[in-house]
Amino acid sequence: MTTQDPIYKTDALIAEDIDAYLEAHQHKTMLRFITCGSVDDGKSTLIGRLLYDSKMIFEDQLAALESDSKRSGTQGEEIDFALLVDGLAAEREQGITIDVAYRFFATEKRKFIVADTPGHEQYTRNMVTGASTADLAVILIDARKGVLTQTRRHSYLVHMLGIRHVVLAVNKMDLVGYEQETFERIVADYRAFAESIGIESFTPIPISGFKGDNITGPSENTPWYDGPALLPLLEEVEVEDTRDQAGPFRMQVQWVNRPNLDFRGFSGMIASGQVRPGDPVRVLPSGKTSTVARIVSLEGDKDLAVAGESVTITLADEIDCSRGQVIVASQSPLEVADQFESTLVWMDENELVPGRAYWLKIGTQTVSATVAEPKYEVNVNTQEHLASKTLDLNAIGIANVTTDREIPFAPYAENRDLGGFILIDKITNHTVAAGLLHFALRRAQNVHWQATDIGRDHHASMKHQKPAVLWLTGLSGSGKSTIANIVEKKLARMNRHTFLLDGDNVRHGLNKDLGFTEADRVENIRRVGEVAKLMTDAGLIVITAFISPFRSERDMVRGMMQPGEFVEVFVDTPLEVAESRDVKGLYAKARSGQLKNFTGIDSPYEHPEAPELRIDTTEMTPEEAADLIIARLIP
Amino acid sequence: MDTKTLTHLQRLEAESIHILREVVAEAENPVMLYSVGKDSAVMLHLAKKAFYPSPPPFPLLHVDTTWKFQDMYKLRDKAAADAGMELLVYQNPEAKERGINPFDHGGLHTDMWKTEGLKQALDKYGFDVAFGGARRDEEKSRAKERVFSFRSANHRWDPKNQRPELWRLYNARKTKGESVRVFPISNWTELDIWQYIHLENIEIVPLYFSQPRPTVERDGLLLMVDDERFPLAEGEEPVMRSIRFRTLGCYPLTGAVESEAQTLPEVIQEMLLTTTSERQGRAIDHDQAASMEKKKQEGYF
Repeated sequence: MTTQDPIYKTDALIAEDIDAYLEAHQHKTMLRFITCGSVDDGKSTLIGRLLYDSKMIFEDQLAALESDSKRSGTQGEEIDFALLVDGLAAEREQGITIDVAYRFFATEKRKFIVADTPGHEQYTRNMVTGASTADLAVILIDARKGVLTQTRRHSYLVHMLGIRHVVLAVNKMDLVGYEQETFERIVADYRAFAESIGIESFTPIPISGFKGDNITGPSENTPWYDGPALLPLLEEVEVEDTRDQAGPFRMQVQWVNRPNLDFRGFSGMIASGQVRPGDPVRVLPSGKTSTVARIVSLEGDKDLAVAGESVTITLADEIDCSRGQVIVASQSPLEVADQFESTLVWMDENELVPGRAYWLKIGTQTVSATVAEPKYEVNVNTQEHLASKTLDLNAIGIANVTTDREIPFAPYAENRDLGGFILIDKITNHTVAAGLLHFALRRAQNVHWQATDIGRDHHASMKHQKPAVLWLTGLSGSGKSTIANIVEKKLARMNRHTFLLDGDNVRHGLNKDLGFTEADRVENIRRVGEVAKLMTDAGLIVITAFISPFRSERDMVRGMMQPGEFVEVFVDTPLEVAESRDVKGLYAKARSGQLKNFTGIDSPYEHPEAPELRIDTTEMTPEEAADLIIARLIP
Repeated sequence: MDTKTLTHLQRLEAESIHILREVVAEAENPVMLYSVGKDSAVMLHLAKKAFYPSPPPFPLLHVDTTWKFQDMYKLRDKAAADAGMELLVYQNPEAKERGINPFDHGGLHTDMWKTEGLKQALDKYGFDVAFGGARRDEEKSRAKERVFSFRSANHRWDPKNQRPELWRLYNARKTKGESVRVFPISNWTELDIWQYIHLENIEIVPLYFSQPRPTVERDGLLLMVDDERFPLAEGEEPVMRSIRFRTLGCYPLTGAVESEAQTLPEVIQEMLLTTTSERQGRAIDHDQAASMEKKKQEGYF
């Protein structure tokens, strides 16, 4: 082994003058990076080598490593560094989650956090997760193989996530005889590809993780290479926080600190810029302005705080400001919008349902949001655009996102904290997607709400009634339409102004363009919800009879209405009973396979968890059911 | 414009404070697990900083085994009082009644006092989020642990069902009955912890510093005879040795190292020159290779 003397030997200073050592080390900076490549590229060997050369391996670990190397290593009598970090390979054999592992090492100048993720296509979400916090990416190439499909995939993802520093580590140079031509051919190939996807610059280094060439210092084996070795480069690269400090001041309010009536502090991490007492600021989206009074800390007030620090500030004026709002430099406010074009990386086993409401968390704010059908999906291997109606696990696509209220944001390319978001499923609470906001859609800015003089209260009082939505949900054949019809007749006799929206009827007109896929069912209910809302604004009592099988959409409609106006009525009929009735002969068709996506047969029905009313149709007649519903409405 | 370069400790501190505040903003009833060790000391200090001038808006919970070092009990009560926080001490009543101890019961000791005790305490007070001081560099299976780690209603950890964590965004939403363990100092290393204690002047248990203490040797571990419950073999006499501890747990399970380091810089010096990894002194990890992963699935922190 051509082991060079590690230049990171610090034992002497530690032993001779520990105080000087500590003083020096308190001023280290930190760099987070990601290594992209597969086991075959020597990724684990490289990470193991970095840990070893920076003395992060203890004697007991080294002893274990030496014995493991002899037993199961692939490097003969030499130490197999890959075994140090190859937890992932072992996991794959055992069928445990392949995941992101974080590893730590330090040199004289820096502490490093390495996100170690598997490189195969089925682990795109893991790579995206690891890359989301990285300042730099090391893209590994096997010198014998050159630029491969996976190299292109990794580079595309790294660029998409806005990592500005890319190191192209051409590995296993020892196996190609340290040939300059091989290295230069690979670099030229890569440069052509990198430019085509918008990577402006990268640093190529010929290395051998196994032999240690160009890791800690220049290698004698590559006299033709005069660029930096890997570790010195990692020590010098500019970290993201320093760059963020140059931008205008932005802080997402995380928590309001109120120990007593005399103190009101706003806590959060500064996403961009700097702040000093006396700086004029604006709170978004409200737009209220004030000036910074103090930057408060346990050690006493500070006169400066910068991007990347978690701080508590107070303002000179008593203005409204709460979690989720953003405090910004008053002369350079952020854009505020509710419709965006975004990139989504889908991370869940369940695919995207366009139109469904998800929680969207951006910074410290969580809002409800829907995603439109993707404009296109990206093939991560070829970067081709594909037509797609949805996104499934590991898919990446471009889609419009609409939030239920306006949020302050910055394009992701400008700032990760202000432009990166996650989507959360409202039922399972899983994180289903990562998203990058690109720009606000004009539509949102140009369409304003027109105030009208005759309001909803006026409409309702003319009819001497309180508007409501009686939302009947249940299986096909449960009796929704029958019951709804009786309810409307009874209400008409009581001089109530009503309207009945029936599932089948609506599909003849308003929704005749929709089918029965999950996405179409969501859109069906959304439109009916909007119509019902207009009708309640007009003062009507709306009765609806829709299967409406998904909890998320029923909750979405509930959210559209005024509190208390939505009455969920679960028409509860066991599947066997509904199927035996089979008034329209639909169950028979579904069972024979002529009808797809039929609720209860090959499409799920999510029963309500806490409906306002539950009607057991095996226990009561439609007439009795109608009376029960009316009693709930008019006590 | 002047820029201010943040050191690695400042960035780690900012990240931890961000995590602590995020939990307080989103959780219903959080608690901080406090084990009195150096990692707990740093976590508590970060909490004081995160919420100043308010005291940290959650209680401290010590899941006690009754077998901790006497010095730990002293600092525990003082640290809570200094921070102005409520201290909850929980001891598993069944373990107490059955007299479970590390000398006679081996692995059952950890299981009943710590694993079961923790579950019982969380259920008793209805805590939905518990802060813990675990670090990713401690051990292989922790390297892939999330900052927000979800547990089912019966406190099990399902490694296949953990949520991706992107940027600084943590999804803290949970269904009823589920709880979350949150590790604010995930990205700190042992050296970071010591440097921060030094820099911030954080009070830690004197056991981390060398002093002559009564010891006996058992199964290759150097144990301290901390009280009269320590059963001595016939003819066995405690020997005074200059020792200190790199990690602290139950005194009969925690191996000491012989050392002359009496100040923090000396401790750090020794740590940097030392050639064995931190967890060697803990009996709990020696059971079997994948022991930590297994214990975690069962609900050990």
